[in-house]
Amino acid sequence: MTDPDGQVIVGLEVHCQLDTKSKLFCGCSTDYRNDGPNTHVCPICLGLPGAMPALNKKAIEYAMKVAKALNCEIVNEAEFSRKNYFYPDLDKAYQITQYDKPLAEGGYLEIESDEGGEKKVRLTRIHVEEDPGRLVHMGNAERGKYSLVDYNRAGIPLIEIVSEPDMRSPKEARKFLNKLRATLEYLSVFDSEKEGSLRVDANISIKGSERVEVKNITSYKGVEKALTFEVTRQKNLIRRGQKIDRETRHYLEARGVTQSARSKEQEHDYRYFPEPDLRPLRVKSWVDSIVLPELPDARRERFMKQYGCSLSHARTLTGELKLANFFEQVVREDPHGLSPLAATWIADTLIGELNYRDMSLDRVDPAAMTGLVRLLKAGTITDKSGVEVMRVMLDQRLKGEAAETPDAIVKRLGLTKSAGDDGALIAAIEEAVNENPKALEDYRNGEGKALNFLVGQVMKKTRGKADPAILNTMLAEALKKRGV
Amino acid sequence: MAGTIVFEPDDRYNAFLSTATAGPQGSGTLSGVMVAVKDNISTRGIETTCASKILKGYVPPYDAHVVGLLKAAGATIAGKTNLDEFGMGTTTENSAFGPTLNPRDTSRVPGGSSGGSAAAVAAGMVKVALGTDTGGSIRCPAAFCGIVGLKPSYGRVSRYGLIAYSNSLEQIGPLGRTVSDVSTLMGVIAGYDRHDSTSQNKPYNHTPKADIKGLKIGIPAEYFGKGVDPDVAAVVKKAIGRLEELGATTVPCSIPSMEYALAAYYVTCTSEASSNLARFDGVRYGPAPDWKKSWHDAFQDVRGSAFGAEVRRRIMLGTFALSSGYYGKYYAKAQVARRNVREDFNRIFRDVDVIAGPTMPTIAFKLKEKSDPLSMYLADILTVPANLAGIPSISVPCGTSQGMPVGLQIMGRMFEDERVVDVAYAYEQAVN
Ligand SMILES: [Zn+2]
Repeated sequence: MTDPDGQVIVGLEVHCQLDTKSKLFCGCSTDYRNDGPNTHVCPICLGLPGAMPALNKKAIEYAMKVAKALNCEIVNEAEFSRKNYFYPDLDKAYQITQYDKPLAEGGYLEIESDEGGEKKVRLTRIHVEEDPGRLVHMGNAERGKYSLVDYNRAGIPLIEIVSEPDMRSPKEARKFLNKLRATLEYLSVFDSEKEGSLRVDANISIKGSERVEVKNITSYKGVEKALTFEVTRQKNLIRRGQKIDRETRHYLEARGVTQSARSKEQEHDYRYFPEPDLRPLRVKSWVDSIVLPELPDARRERFMKQYGCSLSHARTLTGELKLANFFEQVVREDPHGLSPLAATWIADTLIGELNYRDMSLDRVDPAAMTGLVRLLKAGTITDKSGVEVMRVMLDQRLKGEAAETPDAIVKRLGLTKSAGDDGALIAAIEEAVNENPKALEDYRNGEGKALNFLVGQVMKKTRGKADPAILNTMLAEALKKRGV
Repeated sequence: MAGTIVFEPDDRYNAFLSTATAGPQGSGTLSGVMVAVKDNISTRGIETTCASKILKGYVPPYDAHVVGLLKAAGATIAGKTNLDEFGMGTTTENSAFGPTLNPRDTSRVPGGSSGGSAAAVAAGMVKVALGTDTGGSIRCPAAFCGIVGLKPSYGRVSRYGLIAYSNSLEQIGPLGRTVSDVSTLMGVIAGYDRHDSTSQNKPYNHTPKADIKGLKIGIPAEYFGKGVDPDVAAVVKKAIGRLEELGATTVPCSIPSMEYALAAYYVTCTSEASSNLARFDGVRYGPAPDWKKSWHDAFQDVRGSAFGAEVRRRIMLGTFALSSGYYGKYYAKAQVARRNVREDFNRIFRDVDVIAGPTMPTIAFKLKEKSDPLSMYLADILTVPANLAGIPSISVPCGTSQGMPVGLQIMGRMFEDERVVDVAYAYEQAVN
């Protein structure tokens, strides 16, 4: 019997929309998301009788950039094929894709493994294909009254990146996707923020059992969720002594579960054959002329060397193109002085605050972030106040209020750090000690916790402005004065 | 614009599916010329049906590249001509809108699939017409109706807007009463089109020349062998004799790959057709399906009732040939056979300039004579090799048998359309 705690094996097929200006086989604009249905269409992408595809060279160039960045081998001759199947969103009743002669083969992507350290996930192939249209069901697919078809998406260039089954957990799968997204964004060929720009099919098995294909995952977080669900489902089946069926399952994002696809869908014979309206692609000689920009791994190394970032900070900061750019903007005026604090405050604090607000980094002003880091560096405010200032900054942006500078916020809220000769601090200590004779008693009896309690009380009274180090010294002196 | 041209045809042969009563007369090479266009070529604003019920009512929102060129040359579109549904046939009997009759003898077929275009020219309704040739569909009706028809080299004429039957085999080409008319029309429609990735930057700027002194003509044994009517063969041999009198020499040759040519042709064209015609599912074209059923059942109903028998047969054959487990046995093998045909031609063309033989193995069939599909498929044996190889081929009238026209077929090297036109022109000038 298969061991229910056996090794999890995951392989991914990732479809990404290439961010070209026009579609793969016609001149229609790809910028359709803010427009009405069927407004970015022409005889070609509507599949009208007699219309023929003409290849958008830019899409091939983008795909070759990806292939080169992912260390793939560009084949001598690639070919487009027709994948034949009936579906109302597929206007020609076939999809032009690449089958037995994909553009690129092999290659790998390095991710951080679950054990820490780098690990290579091998790639099988990369190919180029057209996106089908989109169905909008009125009601649901089975019982709805009717469905509407929107062909704006039909013909958007996609690349499909197929990995080998080299990932060993749902978490590694998410890391693979994040790294892939970062790489594509560094190449300026992909915009992850566009709705529906990424779709993932995952193959997952427990060692010794059949493989299950999970289709229809459309978000980065969804991959980890869907696979985690599958691991639990499959392990439970094995534990109960049941067999895993080799099957296709759909991921239902809203419910976080996978569901077996109807068996009909699993019996497709796509009857692939070479697309007779397009000529074979001989583009291998292009590869040398393609110049790659700095990629995530190289930038990560540079961040460690140039800014002294820790591996973990460098990984986080370079894990997204925007974040990496943001960091470099924040520290630009004084890289040496600002980097250590900026790295911590961006990677550890800012990201958390943004996620909490579901807010995009785009809305944060790098200059304001520089200002905040400067205040922290100068010791003008405490870390606690720093967080408060950041929250005020973000909330102002989020609510569309006038944005104050960090300096103005500090001034308005009176957050300047208290110094030792600060009368307010001395008064606060006196108050705290007088108000808490029990704590004093405990401290006298050797309970260290009592001191922390008193520190907390003083902090409360000064609203966090007190420098913790100074406060500790002063409190100790005050207690000593009372003979404690 | 040079005014309006009026067209009042007497369509007694059912050559047209739709006609324009009047059209603008432009200026240019074809100013004042009425051109009939086969109804599988898209015409903006004019219903384009492929002689199929499934496209009844379909009005393309765009012109095929060649139609744009015709208009730019000042031509007037006379109307859309009848054909075998989607081009699938050799008689024009497989039209959902009734057969076209042969103007030379109305008890006979005009040939196909461009039968409407050929009949319109032969009957004098129009001077020239556009047809399409997938396995002989221009040359066969030209031969049967006693006119001239050219299948250009693959890639010389843009297929953009031609409703595809078999993309890798077919070409749009001209039909006319004389070689000069055909050559003029070819000059208008040939050339590169960025919308057709298989088109070549090889414009046709040629005036036919009658001098063929020193020309070497290959005479393949297969074109005069089994299955070819001896009387037709004799007429063609006599015509070739005429070419010799004009200074050409003949060389016997052989195309052994012809043994597999028909099989390779039918596997290729049905495979491609099964995919091309899949889009006609009742969602966007054809009679509305019963949507209470599931998609697949609704599609099946529409496709089962709106396609004709021959179209359904070819879709099924092609679907089978592409199926997993059979692809290697059929489609892949057909491509090998195709390469062999091309290599045979390349070999022969190292020694000769053109190849000559009959266009069709017989004269025009009686209506309903070819009732079983296989015997109809066999009639394509002399025309399909040129499509498999992509080479240019012209049919020019060269006499009669039983009172019906016989066509002399001249095939040339890839992209040497000018030469086959010249040979046909030399013959035409010599006999007229
Ligand atoms: Zn388009």
